[in-house]
Amino acid sequence: MARMKLRKLEEYLQGVEGFEYPKIEYEQYVTPSHIASCMVYEIQTKFDDIENKMVCDLGSGCGMLSIASFLLGANLTIGFELDIDAIDIFRRNVTEMELPSVDCIQCDVLKDIENSRFVNNFDTVILNPPFGTKNNTGMDIRFLEAAVQLSNNSVYSLHKTSTRDFIRRRASEWGVKPEVVAKLRYNLESSYKFHKQKSVDIEVDVWKVDVSDKEI
Amino acid sequence: MKLSTYNFLTSKSIRGVKVGYPLKLVVSKQDEVEAEFNPTFIERLLPKLEWSTVYLSAEVVGLQEDIPKEFSDDIVSNQDVLQKLHHLLLEVDILEGQLECPETGRVFPIKDGIPNMLLNEDEV
Repeated sequence: MARMKLRKLEEYLQGVEGFEYPKIEYEQYVTPSHIASCMVYEIQTKFDDIENKMVCDLGSGCGMLSIASFLLGANLTIGFELDIDAIDIFRRNVTEMELPSVDCIQCDVLKDIENSRFVNNFDTVILNPPFGTKNNTGMDIRFLEAAVQLSNNSVYSLHKTSTRDFIRRRASEWGVKPEVVAKLRYNLESSYKFHKQKSVDIEVDVWKVDVSDKEI
Repeated sequence: MKLSTYNFLTSKSIRGVKVGYPLKLVVSKQDEVEAEFNPTFIERLLPKLEWSTVYLSAEVVGLQEDIPKEFSDDIVSNQDVLQKLHHLLLEVDILEGQLECPETGRVFPIKDGIPNMLLNEDEV
C-alpha cells in the first residue's frame, strides 16, 4: 500500500467524531487531529513502527490514534477502553470510515495486566494517556507501565514536559530506554465547563520507549 | 471483533479461575470485511496465537474445512492456507454474541462488535 501523505492523513482525522460529553473523571479529551497525524506519521516514517505491525491503542477513546494507525498501514490495531460512551463513538467512527482491521475491547487494562495474554504481543503500543492531573495523580505512569508490558518493541506516548525527569527515573527502573522524539504545545480546548480561559496551552513531549530489554 | 483478537481473551482475572482459556465463543451475528492480505503479517502473528483456539474459532464460524486441525511448519510456506487464515483471523467480524468463562460460566457479552470484558468489584 502506498503510504498516505501527512496532509491527507490529517484531513481524514479531521473527520473523526469526538466525545459528546467528555468525562472529567477519565480526563477525556480528543487527541487533536493535527497532533495525532504528526505523531503517527513520524512513528511510521522515522521508525517504521506502524506499517505491517500489530498495534495497540491504550485508552483509545474515540479512536483517533487507532484510525491513524490503520490509515498508515497497521495490519491489526486493537483499542483498549473502559468507557462505553467513548467506545460507541469509536465504533461509529470505524464503521463510517469502513476500516476493516480496527478492533476495540471494553476492559480495565490497568487491573490485573499480568494475567493478560496480550502482554509482549504488540509490536507497537501508542497512547495518549490521561495526564494524571486533577484527581488522577499517577495515572499517566500507570498507563505507560501497562504499555511497556504489552509491547515487545516500542511504545509511543504523550506526557506533560513537566514530568520528564520522573518518566526517565521510572523507565530506568523498568529497564527500558526512553527518548523524547518531539515536543509540542498542546492546545486543550475548553472541553470542561470549569476551564475559565477559552483554551489552555500546555507543553507536551512525544516519548519513544524502546522496550526490547525490559525487566517488567 | 476479529477472531485474532478473540484468540487472546481470557477470564483469568475472575477470582478463583485458574486458566480461564479458551473462552467459549457463541456467535449470533457475524459479518465479513475485506482487509489487505499480508502473508508476512500472518506468519508473524501465528506464533502469538494458540493454534487449538484458532481451529476452535474456525469451527464456530463454519470454516474448519479451511484450517488444518494440527499446526505444522508447512502452514507458513503454504500461501493458500495463509490466505485462508488471513480471512478467518482478520476478515470474519463477530458483531453479536458472547464469550463464556470455561470454569465459572460467567458470560461476557459481545455487542456491536465490542467484547465487554469488565468485571464487577466482587468478582476479582
